[in-house]
Amino acid sequence: MSERLIYLDNAATSHPKPEIVIQAMEAFMRNVGGNPGRSGHRLSIEAGRIIFETREKIAALFGISDSSRVIFGQNATEAINLGLKGLLRRGDHVITSSMEHNSVMRPLRALEREGIDLTVVPCSREGFLDPAEIQKAIRKNSRMVVLNHGSNVVGTLLPLEPVGKICRNHGILFMVDAAQTAGVIPIDMEKEKIDLLALTGHKALFGPQGTGGLVMGERVNEKNLEPLKRGGTGSRSELEEQPDFLPDRCESGTPNAVGLTGLRAGLDFILGVGIERIRDHEKRLTTRLIQGLQEIPGAIVYGSGDAEKQCATVSFNLKNWMPSDLSFRLDEEFGILTRVGLHCAPSAHKTIGTFPEGTVRVSMSYLNTGEEIEQALQAIKTLVRKEA
Amino acid sequence: MSQGVVLFASTHFAIRAEKLAKEKGLAVKLIPVPRHLSSDCGVCLRFTWDQKKEIENTLNQAGLQMEGIHCLG
Repeated sequence: MSERLIYLDNAATSHPKPEIVIQAMEAFMRNVGGNPGRSGHRLSIEAGRIIFETREKIAALFGISDSSRVIFGQNATEAINLGLKGLLRRGDHVITSSMEHNSVMRPLRALEREGIDLTVVPCSREGFLDPAEIQKAIRKNSRMVVLNHGSNVVGTLLPLEPVGKICRNHGILFMVDAAQTAGVIPIDMEKEKIDLLALTGHKALFGPQGTGGLVMGERVNEKNLEPLKRGGTGSRSELEEQPDFLPDRCESGTPNAVGLTGLRAGLDFILGVGIERIRDHEKRLTTRLIQGLQEIPGAIVYGSGDAEKQCATVSFNLKNWMPSDLSFRLDEEFGILTRVGLHCAPSAHKTIGTFPEGTVRVSMSYLNTGEEIEQALQAIKTLVRKEA
Repeated sequence: MSQGVVLFASTHFAIRAEKLAKEKGLAVKLIPVPRHLSSDCGVCLRFTWDQKKEIENTLNQAGLQMEGIHCLG
């Protein structure tokens, strides 16, 4: 295929990456390559410095002062699993929303079988959550509220600050899955009263796949956090027990140093452009996409319909079209890459009324252009005309 | 001139200490932890012993926990 591809699957992973991310990773592979925190030589120390700086940038971006409370892992899923399995105990009650991804739902359903009480609070068809529903769901044994920040299906944003306040008032931990929003929408853990923030590095933070992390606020007692795995940390090597201090307590085995080098460059890119500028650009693209889709005869656009109330992810269907046919033909005939199906979020699709057939999802990044959105809209119109 | 080292629980803290000390203009270097001080496989921060006070003040002000401070002679 010689035509230029239009990549609109950034909610799955952002592509392309900024050039500096690729350059930084190549430079690490060529010139650094040491195992961070394992040896005393210069290349090991240099790798350690890069990871330290990545931690510091993450801490600063999300509003915590102690960067040792940034735990790196493979992805947001691992971070969510660490937060849930690490802190919840039999008899605890957890509240989540009906708009969650399976990265939250599946570990919670598994914990439910192990004796944890779970309440799934319903959201509206647009994906909105009324904070009063959280308040109503609170019980004596409520330990944690877990919410996504932006839906991976329709982009709808959930009200973090009001829920954070409710949690704080009741002494409940608040965990946020920011896989879709970190890097695009400002998040201040202090202001929004977030205790645990789960991140993925490879979406709007522009790092490579295989990077992510859990950022922990001061209210989380790390001594109560069971690590997902134990092993070598480069510290306390004389002991056969896992160290109890962060980040080592929760980071065993050689980390993804080249990936974290890429993530650091991704963070530099975001800080260089400015999150507000990124968000403004994505809002413009989203507004145009929603408006353009709504003008297509037979199109049903899901979600808020308002770029202010969502991130740059839009789900839609065309009357008399199977989502998979539409997505396949956009790819084959126009080189336009979207994602169909349930997007690993069956509960969210039930909430918006598209289960089990799913939707076509168009998800944008800062590196998409208005021209690409026009081309995508034109392609959909062409297909609709052809089949009419 | 005699030198000293500060030991830390984790490489994370050692690298943070290096950064703080360099910002203060102190001459420091990360080196492997000497075997006679600890069996740790990580690094510690080396400094010139007559700057011990400045090093301690800098790290204390930042709330950085030290595992030990030793003179290497």
